[in-house]
Amino acid sequence: MDIRPIQAMIRFGLGRRGCETLPADPMAWLRGQLRDPDPALALPISSSLAGLEAHRLDRELKPVEGQPHRTELLWKADAPIAMRNLAETGHPFRERMVWFWANHFTVSLRRGEVRPLVLPYVQEAIRPHVTGRFTNMLGAVMRHPAMLWYLDNHDSMGPDSPAGIRNHRGLNENLARECLELHTVGAAAGYTQADVTAFARLLTGWSVDMGTASPGFAFMPERHEPGAKTLMGQTFPEGQAGGEAALTWLGNHPATFRRVAEKLVRHFCADQPTAADVKRINDVLRQTRGDLKAATLAVLDLPSAWQPLTKLRSPGDFVIASMRALDLPEAERPDMLGLMNHFGQPFMNAPLPNGWPDTATDWLDGEMLLRRADWAMGVAAKHPTIDPMALADDSLGALLGERSRSAIMRAASRRDAVALALAGPEFQRR
Amino acid sequence: MHHPRSVLSRRATLLGLAAVATVRGISLALADAPGDQRFVVVILRGALDGLAAVVPYGDAALMGLRGGLVPKQPGTPEGMLDLGGFYGLHPAMPGLHGIYRAGGLLPVHAVSNGTGVRSHFVAQDHLELGSVKEEGITSGWLNRLAGLLARPGAATAKAGSESALAVGPSMPLLLRGPVPVGSWMPAGGGKIDPSFYAELAAMHGADPATGPAIQVALQERGFSAEALAGMAPMPNAGAFPALCAAAGRMLAAPAGPSLAALEVGGWDTHAHQAGRLPPVLKTLDDGLVALKDGLGEAWPRTVVLVVTEFGRTVRINGTQGTDHGTASVAFVLGGNVAGGRVGGRWPGLTGRNLFENRDLQPTNDLRGVAKGLLAQHFSLGDTALASVFPDSGTIPTMKGLLRA
Repeated sequence: MDIRPIQAMIRFGLGRRGCETLPADPMAWLRGQLRDPDPALALPISSSLAGLEAHRLDRELKPVEGQPHRTELLWKADAPIAMRNLAETGHPFRERMVWFWANHFTVSLRRGEVRPLVLPYVQEAIRPHVTGRFTNMLGAVMRHPAMLWYLDNHDSMGPDSPAGIRNHRGLNENLARECLELHTVGAAAGYTQADVTAFARLLTGWSVDMGTASPGFAFMPERHEPGAKTLMGQTFPEGQAGGEAALTWLGNHPATFRRVAEKLVRHFCADQPTAADVKRINDVLRQTRGDLKAATLAVLDLPSAWQPLTKLRSPGDFVIASMRALDLPEAERPDMLGLMNHFGQPFMNAPLPNGWPDTATDWLDGEMLLRRADWAMGVAAKHPTIDPMALADDSLGALLGERSRSAIMRAASRRDAVALALAGPEFQRR
Repeated sequence: MHHPRSVLSRRATLLGLAAVATVRGISLALADAPGDQRFVVVILRGALDGLAAVVPYGDAALMGLRGGLVPKQPGTPEGMLDLGGFYGLHPAMPGLHGIYRAGGLLPVHAVSNGTGVRSHFVAQDHLELGSVKEEGITSGWLNRLAGLLARPGAATAKAGSESALAVGPSMPLLLRGPVPVGSWMPAGGGKIDPSFYAELAAMHGADPATGPAIQVALQERGFSAEALAGMAPMPNAGAFPALCAAAGRMLAAPAGPSLAALEVGGWDTHAHQAGRLPPVLKTLDDGLVALKDGLGEAWPRTVVLVVTEFGRTVRINGTQGTDHGTASVAFVLGGNVAGGRVGGRWPGLTGRNLFENRDLQPTNDLRGVAKGLLAQHFSLGDTALASVFPDSGTIPTMKGLLRA
């Protein structure tokens, strides 16, 4: 039996939805999703403009005591749209890539002020570039108000810039450092503190203008550190163009491609990627100058990407896959945000700018796995008519092992059986 | 949705008036209805080994078939609790033995659902639908009974005043249907049966990553490695008795529900049954005693029916347990039960008598037992009984289960 159709849905997609048709040609199904424009670009999620305007209004007209902030209302309206899309999308491979990149370029709700901006950020800075060039995504991310606020660049001023001199203010190197360490070349590239500082100087003036009719990204020349800067041996000119050139250079750096290649292979093949697999994807990135579509498609051609169930489902993955497997009407769908939180991976809420980890070891907390089982029992109790064998067979197909299959079939009640189907070993993997 | 309503008022029954109620065109004659009857069904999910609970130690073939699972003889320390010279109650159930000696417990042996189905799900569906038909019937038989007994206005009554109550974390199929039914679970209750975690741990056993993680987490939650392997009792045995005690108190209240359903798992003893079954039997024993205590003065007007989906193999399997079988035992309890004896025709265990040469031969249908109880307890006639158990016409209604 060909396991590739179900494997395509589990490994590369977000889990099979109910008994939706298995792709007859899994490769064509996956490639098609990267060829089509992303239908989720049309989701009615707020714009970052709306988020920034809400911020301004909240500040100017404080909400009446006990009333929610406008920014909070935006998040409350947007988050369910994102959840529904994850549970229902017919382009789950593309959607997985969106969240892969959103995690690579993490912004987190732990910085409260980015709350109304995180989902616009995904729509505006990540989603359009999933099949584009890495440098384009990097540029969009670094200009987005969510990232500029999250990593404090909006306030960074060149010490010798007019605004810096006037206000006795200086650099905030947070974004520059994380961009080097996390988003692009990585610490192993051997840059120094002087490079971090130089990059921070290059990015001075990259800020969020809240004073105009349409608040948003603005390059503020009076905050920009004058003069050319040298970053990792490369000299970049003064002005916004200098920062942009630096980002292009970093985004095409061999160390960046190597890290991106390793991250992609880790996400799709194995917690410990083989050097050969990483080299293959790295080669594609170098040959195409960072074409993410080409690199992602190349992952599909790696034999190791089709080794079944080598990856543990993160809590978020488990919640999404469960919703898709149960395929309940939206009114009865459990609270996905609450569940992601309960299982240890609150949505868009990574503790640090390096985002959520991507290996089994990071998610192998037994108590958290038991929570998945406890919840599965609750769902099974609430929906007593679910057919457990159909649930297991539809969601896992031939990937359901004999041991698990017989345990589900022999379970002492339908409720136990439904819970075991969702809490069993195969469903924890992808 | 249309809800059938009874014209029979609760006050009429309280006043002890003879009445005729018409429900869905079915005449329901209540002669001198004695008043606030209560009826409780306890489902043992997973298939109770009836031969281990009510041991036919007087059957000469027993020891040869399953000597390793037969407790010590009655009258010896830790021996069976004698039930009249042929049967012995498992020693883990002293509470039930006390009720038996007071005449309030009637085990009915060799009962089945009426099919040879050995799938838990299908057999539990049959048990709860009160029908072995695969299609057509979608409501549980206790819900249909609730429809027959409905108080005026019950269909529109506000939550909390329903005449039937599911006690526990889920609404069993037994109670599902068109008649509104309440459900109740204590705060922080709804504990998951330990046997579920044992199965979960076993399922993950071969996974080098999740297996050990789950094992460690279960131990942190208080499950020993021995318990997970089925070699020692599971913790958390107090949840079911607490639920039973609360159910008893709710049922005893003057405006309390007439019908209730509870369930308890842990019966699927495929391995190490001698170690694994006694604590579950004790949980059931503690629960039923707690239910009786909670009912208090309502005990004489309460009937409790304890049922399971099927029995287990007569012989011991390769892992010191028993596999899915056919006939098992049911328990009928209550202050007015014609107990102190074991009911049901005993089929015998000699070779030819075993069902498919492996299971206890069914000689009594559970629906016959239930119909006998409803006929006497709620004075239901044949037509009403046929509406609760639609395709049971050929199954005789068991007589004399309650004292006249």
